[in-house]
Amino acid sequence: MAFSLKLNGTTHEVDAEPGTPLLWVIRDELKMTGTKFGCGVASCGACTVHLDGMPVRSCQTYIEDVADAEVTTIEAMSETDIGAAVQQAWVELDVVQCGYCQSGQIMSAVGLLSENPKPSVEDIDAYMYGNACRCATYQRIRAGIQRAAEILEA
Amino acid sequence: MTLDTTRRTFLKGAAATGAVLLIGVRPDGALAAAGDSAQFNPFVKIASDGTVTAIVKHVEFGQGPATGLSTLIAEEIGLRMDQIAYDFAPSNAALYNNLAFGPFQGTGGSTAMANSFQQYRTAGAAAREMLIAAAAQEWGVDAAELSIDEGVISGAGQSAPLGAFVAKAATLPAPEAPRLKDPSEFKLIGNPDIRRLDSAIKGDGSAMFAMDLHLPNQMVAMIKRPEQRGGLATGFDDSAAQEVKGYIMSAVLPNNAGVAVYAETTWAAMQARDAVEVEWDLSAAETRSSDEIEAEIRAALDAEPTYNVNKSDQAATQALLDGADQVLEQTFYFPLLAHAPMEPLNCTIEATEDGGIRLHDGCQLPTGPHMALSQIFELPMEKIEIKTMLAGGSFGRRATPDADYQVEAALAFAVTDRSRPVKLVWSREDDLRSGYYRPAFGHKVKVGLDAEGKIVGWDHRIAGQSIMKGTAFEEMMVQDGVDHSSVEGASDTPYQIPGAFFGLTDTEKATSTLWWRSVGHTHTAYVMEVMMDMAAKGAGQDPVEYRLSYLTGGADQDRLRGVLELAAEKAGWGNAPAGHAQGVAVHKSFGSYVAEVVEVSGSAEEGVRIEKITCAVDCGLPVNPDVIKAQMEGGIGYGIGHVMRDRITLTGGAVDQYNFPDYEPLRIGDIAAIDVHIVPSAEAPTGVGEPGTPPAAPALANAIAAASGDLRVSSLPMDENGVAFA
Repeated sequence: MAFSLKLNGTTHEVDAEPGTPLLWVIRDELKMTGTKFGCGVASCGACTVHLDGMPVRSCQTYIEDVADAEVTTIEAMSETDIGAAVQQAWVELDVVQCGYCQSGQIMSAVGLLSENPKPSVEDIDAYMYGNACRCATYQRIRAGIQRAAEILEA
Repeated sequence: MTLDTTRRTFLKGAAATGAVLLIGVRPDGALAAAGDSAQFNPFVKIASDGTVTAIVKHVEFGQGPATGLSTLIAEEIGLRMDQIAYDFAPSNAALYNNLAFGPFQGTGGSTAMANSFQQYRTAGAAAREMLIAAAAQEWGVDAAELSIDEGVISGAGQSAPLGAFVAKAATLPAPEAPRLKDPSEFKLIGNPDIRRLDSAIKGDGSAMFAMDLHLPNQMVAMIKRPEQRGGLATGFDDSAAQEVKGYIMSAVLPNNAGVAVYAETTWAAMQARDAVEVEWDLSAAETRSSDEIEAEIRAALDAEPTYNVNKSDQAATQALLDGADQVLEQTFYFPLLAHAPMEPLNCTIEATEDGGIRLHDGCQLPTGPHMALSQIFELPMEKIEIKTMLAGGSFGRRATPDADYQVEAALAFAVTDRSRPVKLVWSREDDLRSGYYRPAFGHKVKVGLDAEGKIVGWDHRIAGQSIMKGTAFEEMMVQDGVDHSSVEGASDTPYQIPGAFFGLTDTEKATSTLWWRSVGHTHTAYVMEVMMDMAAKGAGQDPVEYRLSYLTGGADQDRLRGVLELAAEKAGWGNAPAGHAQGVAVHKSFGSYVAEVVEVSGSAEEGVRIEKITCAVDCGLPVNPDVIKAQMEGGIGYGIGHVMRDRITLTGGAVDQYNFPDYEPLRIGDIAAIDVHIVPSAEAPTGVGEPGTPPAAPALANAIAAASGDLRVSSLPMDENGVAFA
């Protein structure tokens, strides 16, 4: 079935069956691989993308449900002030280790800072709970979000 | 790194665009340089435009070798970190072997920096001397007057970028013993401000993991495996799968280990696999449950051990215990654990233009799959090419002695007409259920104390499933029947314990056993450090002081004292805020010394919250201090998360857990803060990937005991054994 998908400012015509997770449309059809497959059950957050600016798990979001929405992936994050600040903070603090979950971490961090420009540690822990990192980079994720908030305030 | 270019064509291309200086080591160990990659495989490649590339022989899965080995080269040549790039070495055990593994290329045992430190510095130093020699000839000056700084050769009134001398340097003989820089000259090694080379690409989505590879015309294969290990596929019905758009075909793997289901996309492969019905022969399949495994281990602890590990006098230990003023006894049980790296296992296999096979993989032990593929495809080793890509974590899982997932992919490719590349993809369910685990272990320890609280005897029985027996590593790792990985960290403890006996009994394997971040130390450190804590308590002494009194008489002990004292000082040992309690552990593993103090609030009954973990590490000369800190932070988190709430259980041979909801990872709020301190050292660098893990769990257990009326958690995970977490 043909769907039209607005992603990172471009409209793509994709051929997919209803019920296909957005994750696999992005990765296998559009071949944009910054969005990761980690669990497939919305339990790790590696596949996080934005739907009209709100973080969602793309492994549990279906192609037929995003027709009218604007989808944003990690590949477009540097184009927003908040995304660029988070990416800068991530590099300054060397947040990443293996890096496989970090696209999702950054997408969630941007979601948090969009709603809450000065999150407390408690705010961060609550908002980022669903993004797992098996390397346990959590302490730097926390620091990275606080650093990004500082960059944005400056 | 470009994905669509093979290393061979890349080098050819580089050579065509200009002179390339390659510095490497010949198989005989002598330094060699050449302008042609066909003759010498390099650790460092320098193009005439000045581009320097470190050829990294270790896989990068977050532990930092891409940055670390590049730092060594950049330091010795005289570069800024933004003047060096890295590429992963091809599979070639003669050139890129791990010096700790013998003739075998691979990453493991926290050896990447330890075995590369001299090798990569020497390669960088040789490059520096050859470039300087070329410049000296060109300018007609004395080489002794020249130096390289930030990629520019200068001295004797001259100055030019090093790229200008690559062509000439490539014609010069390699120095036999290049001068390594004195530590006083270091600008990069030991510099805490050096950043990772792979941060930016991992933050903008451009980093390419093996999972991200998409070769033209590829098929995605997923394997339908038996629920019980050892089950065999005898046939299948794919009529329902035919309804899945993008489904291509299914095939029984040649070893009957499962059915490969092929589709055009990953999602189609997942759906088709669900739809395929497989006929299984379960006559030889595992049927035991984890309760039976545990019962077997506990029974073994109560019987006479098979092996007397240190060939010590068991009767003498018993006599000492009989005469002790008090005997502390504790039995421990450690469940099966999965590694669950963030990137589910995958790899891609394709036929090459010249009749060979190419494997694209986040490959941890290239020599293993290289040999396996050579056998499967009946091709000489040189016809097999392995392209190592970034790997999304491993924690041991990618380093199977039997190259399990690469063999699966090879078989899945072999049964096709081989015209299309096959990308094997595992799901998270496959990852948790497919059978390679930290083995289950039990320990039973009796510690005798005299009236002053001094240890007079220590009887320590270990029973569990050997990792090394039955693998290619048996010859190296098993001596007189004792698998060292079953007892490491206990029977070789640096504590000066009198009257010690260590016994070992192997129990039957119900799953495949596999090293898991820090291997035997995952359980031995827990037992040693909880028992030392109980002994300190029994003696009525401070747990730090008590440990220090058993750490005397040698370099190991001095370095353990160093980290223990530093961690205690930085943690404010003994001065926890009201309502908080502290626990400590110190352990040597992989040549490194780590002490950790865990501070908790609450109690086992009310709910424990981990407020702060303070860590001190001595890993010799710290090459990338911030990477070392990150590895301690990560190693601690990995250890803590699993003991809090993770275990793999079996019912009738089938794994009960399916995905992260019931193998719950450490989450961001679980540890409020981690504070890492590095002991300055001029000793040779040692491991950092694993050593942060062993002390974390026992330090937590000891903190919980301090907070909870001396409750000793001796079976794991903690949340199923009397500990609630806030």
